[in-house]
Amino acid sequence: MATDSRVSAADGREVGVGELFVGFLRLGLISFGGALPFVRRAVVEQRRWLSSEEFIDLLGLCQFLPGGNVINLSVAIGMRFRGAMGALAAITGFIAVPSLIVIALGVVYAKTQHDPIVHHMFGGLAAAAAGLLVAMAMKVAKPIVRSPEGIFVAAVIFAAIALVRLPLLPTMLVLTPLSIALAWRRQRRALSAHKDTVK
Amino acid sequence: MSATLVALATIFSQLSLLAFGGGNTILPEMQRQVVQVHHWMSAEQFTALFALAQAAPGPNMMIVTMIGWHVAGWPGFIVSTLAKFGPSSLVTAASLHAWERFKDRPWRRYVQSGMTPVTVGLVAASAALISHASNQAAIQWAITAACAALAFRTRIHPLWLLAAGAAIGATGFGQI
Repeated sequence: MATDSRVSAADGREVGVGELFVGFLRLGLISFGGALPFVRRAVVEQRRWLSSEEFIDLLGLCQFLPGGNVINLSVAIGMRFRGAMGALAAITGFIAVPSLIVIALGVVYAKTQHDPIVHHMFGGLAAAAAGLLVAMAMKVAKPIVRSPEGIFVAAVIFAAIALVRLPLLPTMLVLTPLSIALAWRRQRRALSAHKDTVK
Repeated sequence: MSATLVALATIFSQLSLLAFGGGNTILPEMQRQVVQVHHWMSAEQFTALFALAQAAPGPNMMIVTMIGWHVAGWPGFIVSTLAKFGPSSLVTAASLHAWERFKDRPWRRYVQSGMTPVTVGLVAASAALISHASNQAAIQWAITAACAALAFRTRIHPLWLLAAGAAIGATGFGQI
């Protein structure tokens, strides 16, 4: 395994700190409504920093770890090419412009929130944003709809967080190990059932 | 002022490390801390900031930036941003090599499939809480349901759905 932090891009070029910063700065500007598809297109197809397989592997890591997938991806890509400086350049570039834009929007909102038309507009916007979250919940639920254990764990978490409003940390400390143990037991059982049928 | 900054740093660095399955899983806890524990804003304001952050470009946790700025101005913005993105980024940077090593170990798959139901429960909780906080009128519930169905079934760009929701909302139809 290469321990040198200067890995070259998929097409053999070296990727510099400045290129990482500018690349992610552009991505921060254009990626509306979920940045992942934009990042994939830029990183794999346009800039050719990573091959498609390398991208999927890095994305797997970033989904596994805490934090936003795409934020983690910017850190991982920066780190891969230029170490800590590269990671810093990538994430800073990525969040710089969106930060300024949301602050500007926040100022406008604070000044106009009592205007009735603006108030109503936000009523509609927030309702639509809530709908996107509902769709997201439905999409992430797809892999567990046939697993009773999975539905059970998801329902308990939902009740604890949304209905009882328990704090997140203790809830996760109890339920995450339980969920992993259930997944482990389920796959072990599936494996031994498979062995029995092979016998 | 500095007590507020310490509170922002504590809340968001903890959330940063708990955000397994992405930013949307920590919205309920963020709302609980910001609205119920610290009373920095109303649930309705929290939802409006979330909606604004969704309509803006970039990664989807920009609501953190807005909360920091709303609560404590530029220092709040800087502290919240560092606290939210710093710890998880350090974990990512540190894990890069280990990930390669454990790539094919079976426990990685158990952990991953065990995390999925947790993520589902948390994202569903986010959706329920945000809908409940934002929707007072029947027309808003209708917008939420229509957007959910369209985003789930079709490939319409989410920005169009947000724009349509805002446009219907602006007419004031059905709202008090």
